[in-house]
Amino acid sequence: MLRDITLGQYYQTDSVIHKLDPRVKLVATIAFIISLFVVDSWIGYAVAAVFLAIMIKLSKVPFRFMVKGMKAIVMILMITVVFNLFLTPGEPLVTFWKLTITKEGARIAVMMAVRLSFLIVGSSLMTLTTTPNSLTDGMEKLMGPLKYVKVPVHEVAMMMSIALRFIPILLEETDKIMKAQIARGADFESGNLIKKAKAMVPLLVPLFISAFRRANDLAMAMEARCYRGGEHRTKMKPLQYHAADRVAYLVLFLYFSGCVAMRVWL
Amino acid sequence: MGIIKTDKLTFEYIRRDEEGNVEGITRAVDEVDLDVKQGDFIAILGHNGSGKSTLAKHINAILYPTEGTVWVDGMDTQDEARLWDIRREAGMVFQNPDNQIIGQVVEEDVGFGPENMGVPTKEIWERVEESLKAVGMYEYRKHSPNKLSGGQKQRVSIAGVIAMHPKCIILDEPTAMLDPNGRREVIRAVRALNDVEGITVVLITHYMEEIVHADMVYVMDRGQIAMEGTPREIFSRVEELQELRLDVPQVTLLAHELKKKGVNLPDGILTIEELVSALVGLKGA
Amino acid sequence: MSLILDHVNYSYGDDTALAVHALKDVSLVIPDGQFIGLIGHTGSGKSTLVQHLNGLLKPTSGAIYYNGEDIHEKDYDKKKLRSKVGLVFQYPEHQLFEIDVFKDVCFGPKNLGLSQKETELRAYAALKQVGIEDDYFYQSPFDLSGGQKRRVAIAGVLAMKPEILVLDEPTAGLDPKGRDEILDQIAKLREETGITVILVSHSMEDVARYVDRIIVMNRGSVLYDDEPREVFQHYRELEQVGLAAPQVTYIMQALAKKGMKVDTAATTIGEAVGEILKALK
Repeated sequence: MLRDITLGQYYQTDSVIHKLDPRVKLVATIAFIISLFVVDSWIGYAVAAVFLAIMIKLSKVPFRFMVKGMKAIVMILMITVVFNLFLTPGEPLVTFWKLTITKEGARIAVMMAVRLSFLIVGSSLMTLTTTPNSLTDGMEKLMGPLKYVKVPVHEVAMMMSIALRFIPILLEETDKIMKAQIARGADFESGNLIKKAKAMVPLLVPLFISAFRRANDLAMAMEARCYRGGEHRTKMKPLQYHAADRVAYLVLFLYFSGCVAMRVWL
Repeated sequence: MGIIKTDKLTFEYIRRDEEGNVEGITRAVDEVDLDVKQGDFIAILGHNGSGKSTLAKHINAILYPTEGTVWVDGMDTQDEARLWDIRREAGMVFQNPDNQIIGQVVEEDVGFGPENMGVPTKEIWERVEESLKAVGMYEYRKHSPNKLSGGQKQRVSIAGVIAMHPKCIILDEPTAMLDPNGRREVIRAVRALNDVEGITVVLITHYMEEIVHADMVYVMDRGQIAMEGTPREIFSRVEELQELRLDVPQVTLLAHELKKKGVNLPDGILTIEELVSALVGLKGA
Repeated sequence: MSLILDHVNYSYGDDTALAVHALKDVSLVIPDGQFIGLIGHTGSGKSTLVQHLNGLLKPTSGAIYYNGEDIHEKDYDKKKLRSKVGLVFQYPEHQLFEIDVFKDVCFGPKNLGLSQKETELRAYAALKQVGIEDDYFYQSPFDLSGGQKRRVAIAGVLAMKPEILVLDEPTAGLDPKGRDEILDQIAKLREETGITVILVSHSMEDVARYVDRIIVMNRGSVLYDDEPREVFQHYRELEQVGLAAPQVTYIMQALAKKGMKVDTAATTIGEAVGEILKALK
């Protein structure tokens, strides 16, 4: 059912990674992604692979769960690989018909494939081990300094968490309105693109109206509960670094400097 | 002066046509005088458009009177400096359970009010715990609101208001979108608040069975208070209620209870007439 | 001419461990012209059941026959079925989208491929059937009152000229006045046209006055299927599954009018019983 779709698909379990501060995980994910582009040697990739494997092991998220998330991007991965494989000029390796695979092409294709799949597994590890909510909190806190340059950090974070709360509700509502219009003989499937786009009107108009009504109600409910933006606000679950988070930062620092070192000296 | 007092409260809004020209002025609330004692449970009845919701929104300073005055705990709602005090003291629960829950986890939603008020973290947790316990939702504290029933969602909303430690709580048709089970749950929670915690309750509804335990009932019609009195007094004025198009109930249970006590009634009584004529027949026999 | 459900089962989330068996072995015959109340609390499966009646949901096992034909046969014309089995969803006013009332009601018949003239004739008739005055025809549906919006939405389904009209909680969220108006309108419509009506509700009080037959759903199964007076015999079991509980002041008033010496201010069943017993002595 539509309501069961969870964004970012959080995997509920109890692990060291789950317990880390979301800021650590955000920083780590970004550092890991950068590291993938920093290293350019096979040893470097091996190190990244080992690092990632350890993190997955620690997270207790079953590997097949990660792979499930990969399915959607297999196509993009394939295209990248094929393009790099055939379109990189250099020393020919194999030639059949008009296509030539060069040594450089093969190297870059494999490298891209590794980079991309590591990147996706790495970032899905973050969403799998962090609830959307604490992710929002983490972002708000990390970007906190930006509010001194007039970036509405709190407001953006609040908007994100409200969106996360209402997405399942609106999906369910979409399903309901769609069914109601089908019951009135509407046809969302057949016809060309223009006809299909036109068929969406009876779905989209009620959906927008409902979204606005909900927004209106919610704004009133928030005001009634003394909401007045980020000022004067305290936190029920303030983010606090614990020992584990410091260790994690240290591990991350070692890994990242290792990657840089390899790039420089290898 | 009681916890909530209104003096000739009037609220008008201007209707405009598509070009923005004034079409007319509607008086949604018309010179209403209320005086609610601290700790009372009052009910406001009336059909849609009778002005009862508009009245309620004045108590929480969401709307301001066109004429007249509203005081909450002695504070004039038009006094901007006291706005947040008023909203803290007079908490509000709305009709649609989906559109007033902000948090993605039950406990976080309940903590939303105290967070806004700047309550220290440790105390927020204490307040969340006690509020969820007060409405019997403590075991659901880690759940996502989306997976709860309507009645449970409304109880979470009520907990969210209690966590702000209000002196009174205004419920604007909290049961209108619920099924009978959900309705019972919510009303039970509201009564407990009033009995146990001593919070003043203003319940706005169109369900008669929900007002039985109120200390005072106001029936609104066309922006005015058409009837007021204890539930007993209001219920005895059936014809007036009928005229205001308010609800009337059903009878199977009563017939059965009577049968159990040895009254010789036919099986499967459905309507009032049946029951009445059967009873009258018995009396005559 | 009838709708038959033969051992219908439905579950969703089948591929996960969280499979929910929403309908369990439901067999029903819905003959022409009946006025049926389908009752159950939230989650009893009644809304799932009605979505099977016009083929919006397909049973996991079992079959549904309309006029003898299996509606999930390959070549079966679902669109036609949906015009014959009109389904009005809960809060149907949320599906309104056109710029005026009349156009919105035209949406259904237009989808059936009817001529402009026929479409408009049907829309006009349907709006009249639900008691919407001409003055409102060219207003935006969003400017109407709650009860009016709902009636317009019902007209939107009626304009397809269904033989079976299914209404999923048509009174939800309305005040007593709006509720009575809608129900009276439906009863009148049925009297005039002889259409089969299935009224889904969680309130016994709503349906008791109108229907010839009540189907009570609980946890995906049919708990009772009988005439109202027979079903109400099981009031205790009904209460256990979360349905209905009545009020009494009215009865006391009526009794007093007929000359019985009862206190008309009694507000609970207990008090009423006491009063009536006293008066009968």
